[in-house]
Amino acid sequence: MSKLFSKENQEVFTGPLNLNNPVAVQVLGICSALAVTSQLEPSIVMGLSVTVITAFANVIISLLRKTIPNRIRIIVQLVVVATLVTLVSQILKAFAYDVSVQLSVYVGLIITNCILMGRLEAFAMQNGPWASFLDGIGSGLGYAWILVAVGFVRELLGAGTLLGFRIIPESFYVENGGCYVNNGMMTMPAMALIIVGCIIWAHRAYNDRKAK
Amino acid sequence: MEQMLSLFVRSIFVDNMIFAFFLGMCSYLAVSKNVKTALGLGIAVTFVLLITVPVDYLLQTKVLGPDCIIEGVDLSFLSFILFIAVIAGMVQLVEMIVERFSPSLYAALGIFLPLIAVNCAIMGASLFMQQRIGMDPNSSQYIGGVGDAIVYALGSGVGWLLAIVALAAIREKMAYTDVPKPLQGLGITFITVGLMAMAFMCFSGLSI
Repeated sequence: MSKLFSKENQEVFTGPLNLNNPVAVQVLGICSALAVTSQLEPSIVMGLSVTVITAFANVIISLLRKTIPNRIRIIVQLVVVATLVTLVSQILKAFAYDVSVQLSVYVGLIITNCILMGRLEAFAMQNGPWASFLDGIGSGLGYAWILVAVGFVRELLGAGTLLGFRIIPESFYVENGGCYVNNGMMTMPAMALIIVGCIIWAHRAYNDRKAK
Repeated sequence: MEQMLSLFVRSIFVDNMIFAFFLGMCSYLAVSKNVKTALGLGIAVTFVLLITVPVDYLLQTKVLGPDCIIEGVDLSFLSFILFIAVIAGMVQLVEMIVERFSPSLYAALGIFLPLIAVNCAIMGASLFMQQRIGMDPNSSQYIGGVGDAIVYALGSGVGWLLAIVALAAIREKMAYTDVPKPLQGLGITFITVGLMAMAFMCFSGLSI
């Protein structure tokens, strides 16, 4: 048991959450991080889907790593990922249809999410299944928390709700005699980029200070 | 013809791959440091799009759609695997052709040529094309034939090319500005792209 959660494995798991964050530091998987985050719910679903797919793709590739010929490894990795994504997409369609409509093509685009290929190439091809599993979960969650942070800001400021529940009371709005207006810009694609830029800024400023 | 022109213009400006859908962001941010390589990658992406989208269109309508091979069977859940296989194969082919006929371009693009296979703009264009087949035929986003698919691919590619060259030009100038240290590099690039996306929002009502 202690071997399963040894120091190296803990680092493998916690590294991507902060210092080695896939979105903020390594700039991987940006496309979906920006596109699905106009509301909180699709952000959470997307984050979880990517976490699950990264973890299991990592395990499968790490089990196969000694048998895959080096020349065709990219194709093998793509096929494994595409199969997992097809499964997740069908599950989403069956159990969370509304969210899967909102995510539209971005579920399919998990295949080309650079986090997956990056982790498979850099980690799963060299390490055992358990470490790869932890690495997959860690990278997925590192990606997910950025999505959730962006989704939180955009839904709260853009629509005044969180997960569909009203946070800013109706009586604050101008129509009802208050003095508050939703920031419509937040629901536009452009603001996602600016919010991610600011998160990266804050993240770097914080970690630079800690490093000193 | 009019419909095709409208589709073309819309896919460059309104449904721009970068500014409206954020597709192909990774290589967009990584290769946009100077205009020359940005232009090379933009052309390569446009070229791969031009081949893969029509091929995927034919696959979708002739092989995967409902009642195509077996009566009453809809195979479109296989589309992810088949599309990515077509894309990976095509990129391999393009790589071999470029290496054979233009070694200098091959050397300039380096690792980013094979990486086009996992560029989300390519896969994204195929998936949007798949979505648009089922649309209302009068909509300006409708794709109803191989011709439409080619026009859509060309428009998306040109839109991507335009975006990456514009960002590369801005970043070349930005090298001389005084940016706060934690914001340097990635952070400021994101904010720049955000402002560019805002500028592109003014095309959203465009129609021909």
